[in-house]
Amino acid sequence: MWQYEKKLQYPVNIKNRNPKYAQIIISQYGGPDGELGASMRYLTQRYGQPFNEVKGILTDIGTEELAHLEMVCAMVHQLTRDLTPEEIKQSGFDKYFVDHTASVYPQAAAGLPWRAEYIQSKGDVLADLHEDLAAEQKARVTYDNLIRLIDDPDILEPLKFLRQREITHYQRFGEALRLTTDRLNQKNFYAFNPNFDKQTCR
Amino acid sequence: MNKKYELKNKIHALDFAIHELVLFLDTHPTNQKAMTLLKDYRFKRAELIKEYESQFGNYIVTPADAPANGCWQWLDGKWPWEFKEV
Repeated sequence: MWQYEKKLQYPVNIKNRNPKYAQIIISQYGGPDGELGASMRYLTQRYGQPFNEVKGILTDIGTEELAHLEMVCAMVHQLTRDLTPEEIKQSGFDKYFVDHTASVYPQAAAGLPWRAEYIQSKGDVLADLHEDLAAEQKARVTYDNLIRLIDDPDILEPLKFLRQREITHYQRFGEALRLTTDRLNQKNFYAFNPNFDKQTCR
Repeated sequence: MNKKYELKNKIHALDFAIHELVLFLDTHPTNQKAMTLLKDYRFKRAELIKEYESQFGNYIVTPADAPANGCWQWLDGKWPWEFKEV
């Protein structure tokens, strides 16, 4: 189970509203490499894992991703507060506004709603960890791109924090992969081991 | 920056350091240096919460922290996603 903590993992306090920025930042909530997908991916993959270290890291990183989607939503929320109809029309936010007003909806920057196809839960520790490593790098690139497009320090600080977390998570998943490959059968030189499969298919 | 906000920030920074150690220990479960650091940060966090509560009342971050008498304090104040002047 989970218990909510009434705080953000890293502070978000954006003085200047900017619905244009909100429309690109929202991709890190509901986009293909966003935090919602990250969280669902890791928390869902846990059930197919053979090792406690991997179950642990998926649980704890998956939980942290929930805190990240809350930060991203906080950014979108603060960037779109108290808008005038004129600001909504001029910024191109009208296409979003007509369906969601100024609430936060999980979608990509180009408007595609979040899809479960963004994630996989393969029931194979090697396949899942490789997906997780790729996911962290893709999310890091998305933050790099946002940082290139945004020049408000109030937004850049939390974005830089979130980008750094992708790097740390990549490191921890890499260690989980190493712990896994250490348990491969010594005669097996490829990252595949039928012994893992037997444990879940008796 | 006011004292209340500053203390909260310090507690949140320790929360983060503790979380980092949790992730590290997940993949290094026998690392004693990380274990010692975790113990140290947990102690410092508890001390800071004592300091906060002596000056500003209950430190409420989960519903379980809110006292079960008087008015339901869990609902007090801004929610984390709301803009605050700091």
